[in-house]
Amino acid sequence: MATQTEAAVQGLEGALTHARGPAVRVRGVTKAFGSVAALTDVSLEVAGGEIVAVVGPSGCGKSTLLELVCGLLAPDAGDVEAAGAVLMPQRDLLLPWLSAIDNAALALRLAGASKAAARDRARPLFAALGLEGFEHARPDELSGGMRQRVAFLRTLLAGKPVLCLDEPFGALDAITRADMQAWLAGALAREPRTVLLVTHDVEEAVLLADRVVVLSPRPGRVTQEIAVDLPRPRTATEPAVAALRAQALKALR
Amino acid sequence: MLLGGWQLYAQLSGVDDFLLPAPTDVGAALVEDRALLWDAFTVTAGEIALGLLLALGAALALAVAVHLSPTLRRAVYPLLVASQTVPIPIIAPLLVVWFGFALFPKLVIVALVCFFPIVVPVLDGLAGVAPEQRKLLRTLGATRWQVLRHVEAPSALPGLFTGAKLAVAVAAIAAVLAEQAGSSEGIGHLITQAIPQLETARAWAAVVVLSLFSVALFAALALAERRLAPWAHRHPS
Repeated sequence: MATQTEAAVQGLEGALTHARGPAVRVRGVTKAFGSVAALTDVSLEVAGGEIVAVVGPSGCGKSTLLELVCGLLAPDAGDVEAAGAVLMPQRDLLLPWLSAIDNAALALRLAGASKAAARDRARPLFAALGLEGFEHARPDELSGGMRQRVAFLRTLLAGKPVLCLDEPFGALDAITRADMQAWLAGALAREPRTVLLVTHDVEEAVLLADRVVVLSPRPGRVTQEIAVDLPRPRTATEPAVAALRAQALKALR
Repeated sequence: MLLGGWQLYAQLSGVDDFLLPAPTDVGAALVEDRALLWDAFTVTAGEIALGLLLALGAALALAVAVHLSPTLRRAVYPLLVASQTVPIPIIAPLLVVWFGFALFPKLVIVALVCFFPIVVPVLDGLAGVAPEQRKLLRTLGATRWQVLRHVEAPSALPGLFTGAKLAVAVAAIAAVLAEQAGSSEGIGHLITQAIPQLETARAWAAVVVLSLFSVALFAALALAERRLAPWAHRHPS
């Protein structure tokens, strides 16, 4: 859980990076796959340190937007600038032959670190983010929620300023998902990053994000932006959260 | 059961001993001819083992090359399939003419027969990595080579074992046929000589020895697979 000091520090860091301009800038982007238009004229900015949630109905091009930001796809029109982004897909995609810590440290290995050095860098995060004792567990020995935590650490340890989270908790049951949302809020308070979070869960968006961007059904376009100026940690039962959730749901219809 | 049925059939059916010896005759031959069988066995076992290694090396090199190059895939894959239709009795004498009675032509035959069942599952394993997994690796900064080393190669490991087990099953036949095409030693040579001498029990004893070797190799591979690719046998939670 983020304490008020941590929240203040995070706000400060956000403001500092903000001064250097947006970490992600998407301008007038259109993308089609064959005859199917996924996104039309989408513009979006994410300031450094900001957490922006993108909500929209299934198939509105949310995942496409993340792949564009991560440089995995090129837009048909418009342009995308991002300060180095890493993707966390909905499926954890942990490698079954690696232990949890080696999975988390994968990006460090790819960058040339030795196995031991990569583990040494990953180990403190395991302890800090509630995964201590699970370093050497194999992915198939971990629950769905734990696997997502490891997948998130792998994303963090890629060392890129922008995290693109694609429905990170979409495959989890409701109880685990609520735990994971609280865990992610805490993890981001600890390890501030610029985050672009795609979800179809409006409540998740309001709980986690500084700003919620609503996309229309396919082809996706931005229909509304909702600022979430609420203190953290937030709970789903707060009236202010419920009100913003209702506002976002209305925008989706 | 099987042995009992065989014994009864061999004794009661009136089939001549030199066509189908009873298991007891084969057992006796195993003991009496053990020196002869052992000498032949070491030769053939060497051919099988080295031929399998050659097949493994060739299969891995081919699989990676074909996997990395779609052009090569189109050009080479049909040839690989075609290579499997060449009957050993046609190619083996030719190899004997070229390379003589030595070890090398046998290795070529064994490798030729064994590489194909390895190439196919390895290629499927390399190509079977989910597209999302590749995207993830790219955003984590992996190069093409790193994707191969860290993801595709381990993914192909269970396929490699499947292929190697299939290869072991056909390697013995290949070695025997290669020896029968021209050699002065080995199990195939022993069988070729035993049959016209009406020493059928000895020929069967040779078959038993070779089968045991194949079963042992197969078991060793299964064990190695459980050690080296344990994830392939665990069920995801």
